[in-house]
Amino acid sequence: MSTEDVKRDPEGKEPFISGHTLGSVSHKIGDVTTLPMKKLPKFWYGGILIGITLVQLLFLAVYTLIVKGTGIWGLNVPVAWGFAIINFVWWIGIGHAGTLISAILFLFRQDWRMSIARFAEAMTLFAVVCAGLFPLLHVGRPWMVYWLFPYPNTMGMWPQFRSPLLWDVFAVSTYATVSILFWYTGLVPDLATMRAKAKDLWIKKIYHGMSLGWTGAARHWHRYEIAYLLLAGLSTPLVLSVHSIVSLDFAVSVEPGWHTTVFPPYFVAGAIFAGFAMVLTFMIPVRSIFGFKDLLTDRHLDNMCKVMLFSGLIVAYGYLMEVFFMWYSGSPFERFAEVNRFFGPYHNQYWALILCNVLVPQLLWAPKVRQNPLIIFIICQFISVGMWLERFVIVIISLHRDFLTSSWRQYAGTEWDWMMYIGTMGLFLTLVFIFIRTLPIIAIFEMRELVHKSHDDDHGHDDHQEESE
Amino acid sequence: MSPQLFERKHNVWSRLSLLLAVAGAAGFLGFMDILHRSPYVRYTKVRREQPVPFSHKHHSNLGIDCRYCHISVEKSAFASVPATQVCMNCHNLMWKEAPMLEPVRDSWESGESLEWTRVHDLPDFVYFNHSIHVNNGIGCATCHGRVDQMPLMYKEKPLFMLWCLQCHRDPAEFVRPADKIYDMAFDPKSLSREEREQLLEEYEIDTSNHRLTNCAICHR
Repeated sequence: MSTEDVKRDPEGKEPFISGHTLGSVSHKIGDVTTLPMKKLPKFWYGGILIGITLVQLLFLAVYTLIVKGTGIWGLNVPVAWGFAIINFVWWIGIGHAGTLISAILFLFRQDWRMSIARFAEAMTLFAVVCAGLFPLLHVGRPWMVYWLFPYPNTMGMWPQFRSPLLWDVFAVSTYATVSILFWYTGLVPDLATMRAKAKDLWIKKIYHGMSLGWTGAARHWHRYEIAYLLLAGLSTPLVLSVHSIVSLDFAVSVEPGWHTTVFPPYFVAGAIFAGFAMVLTFMIPVRSIFGFKDLLTDRHLDNMCKVMLFSGLIVAYGYLMEVFFMWYSGSPFERFAEVNRFFGPYHNQYWALILCNVLVPQLLWAPKVRQNPLIIFIICQFISVGMWLERFVIVIISLHRDFLTSSWRQYAGTEWDWMMYIGTMGLFLTLVFIFIRTLPIIAIFEMRELVHKSHDDDHGHDDHQEESE
Repeated sequence: MSPQLFERKHNVWSRLSLLLAVAGAAGFLGFMDILHRSPYVRYTKVRREQPVPFSHKHHSNLGIDCRYCHISVEKSAFASVPATQVCMNCHNLMWKEAPMLEPVRDSWESGESLEWTRVHDLPDFVYFNHSIHVNNGIGCATCHGRVDQMPLMYKEKPLFMLWCLQCHRDPAEFVRPADKIYDMAFDPKSLSREEREQLLEEYEIDTSNHRLTNCAICHR
């Protein structure tokens, strides 16, 4: 089967990868991790250099924060939730694409997920790491952070179980745990492949230890399939629950602009929206530079754009309903919050959000746009910025002018806020590039499965042709 | 076929490492908890170094009332540590040559205060008021233990917040009659629960709506 056939296939039922054999797949993917350092593309060096440089900013920001306290941030009263919460929600949201791809698309047997699942899941983990830093540091004394957990302590106190902030602790820690388990379980067969490919004895031993004694026996595969299915089932509710609970941090309060029932579904949709944008942001350059275009095809991009468009529409609906219910509530405070969003001191951020998240993604309706990686990449940047602005609008615009007029105050992030935010981006970049170098970024065994299937399909196809002739 | 990277015995190690990870985490948390509650950290029952080896046991058994030295306990938040003058009230007449009392005499002559080591030291974010407690049926011994049996002063209770809250959640377990506040040997449990609840009413201690466990009662 040639690539021509794939292009002419209107139903999208043709196999996603072609022209590969079982061996060529594992070479192509595994080689990135076994290449000598000198032969790695400049892109990799550039990426990790930028990442590590920005991580230094993070170190500096965190060090200064611990020494001087949260006063170095732009927080004030009434805006006691500033960048830390915006960034926390932004990062947590980004993780959701990975979970959706690995859990829900797996349960629906969407074969196209195989090429992107590993990478997206890794991004989930790294996003959770970045997200977790913010509430951890926002408490002011990170060394006391274990107080968030309910445990029998000498204070005779329990956390407030009625508070969504505590639900958040459980939601995020469960999310991190299940994501790690899921990702690692999916890695085991590939770690065994890497063990076989590795040349250095010590690296071989490390891969071997990590592969948990995988031999590829039928019994191992059988157990693997069951474990993976169970974990997919466990992760599926997490796709919905984590960001719902994050949204309850806002929705459960009586703050005008927060107190709305549309938050949970539209936060989840927004998370998937942002997550896919971030996956595409990395996927598009990675597939050109490492030559994975035959594994991460244009059809993958096309499908991901459709998911993005769909979740983007739900988000747009959320914005619409938010606005409608602020008016419909009849509450003068809600109505004021609405007017303040449109025309208040932060109206630029609001309209920029509408541009980034509602207007620009509409370009994805056009098939030509969905086939142009460069334009997709640019749209994804709009979406990432838009999703950050969304949280800015929710957190800052709602808080800075609420019930008590005498307490109104403007808010702006300080240089430390920005340093910390950009620093976590550096952390994310660093982790992604370390991941690219050390582990197969596409599931080798799943690609082999696809190759196998496509050969089967070839037979089927031929039979069909014979019949019709 | 590549050579064997590990031997059979390594299987045992890999399984053991799982066990060790769980046991290690549990052990670490347990150890930290025990350490946090231990006398090593809390200084409970530890005789602290003092400029003069003052014996509460000895002075109390002579029949000196707590309030003779801790003069402000009924009127202020702070029970007060006696001035050197209070010591000298007696010790300019008795044991005036005792070498043990040399620092007291030095202090008296120079006007420099004796620097006692504080045995019961609450964190600065806790607002504790002695007067409200001794005037509402909480005896010295309830928090400080049998000071009349301590030759050298030590901390009987760990001063955990949990320990404060025990009483703030259910003061009826700890109140005593007003004339027994400075009675070291008196045990509130010698009264029945009904009698103690009766005392709460007499003291007008209102426990409704978690009043006594409101954060702002102690953290102001």
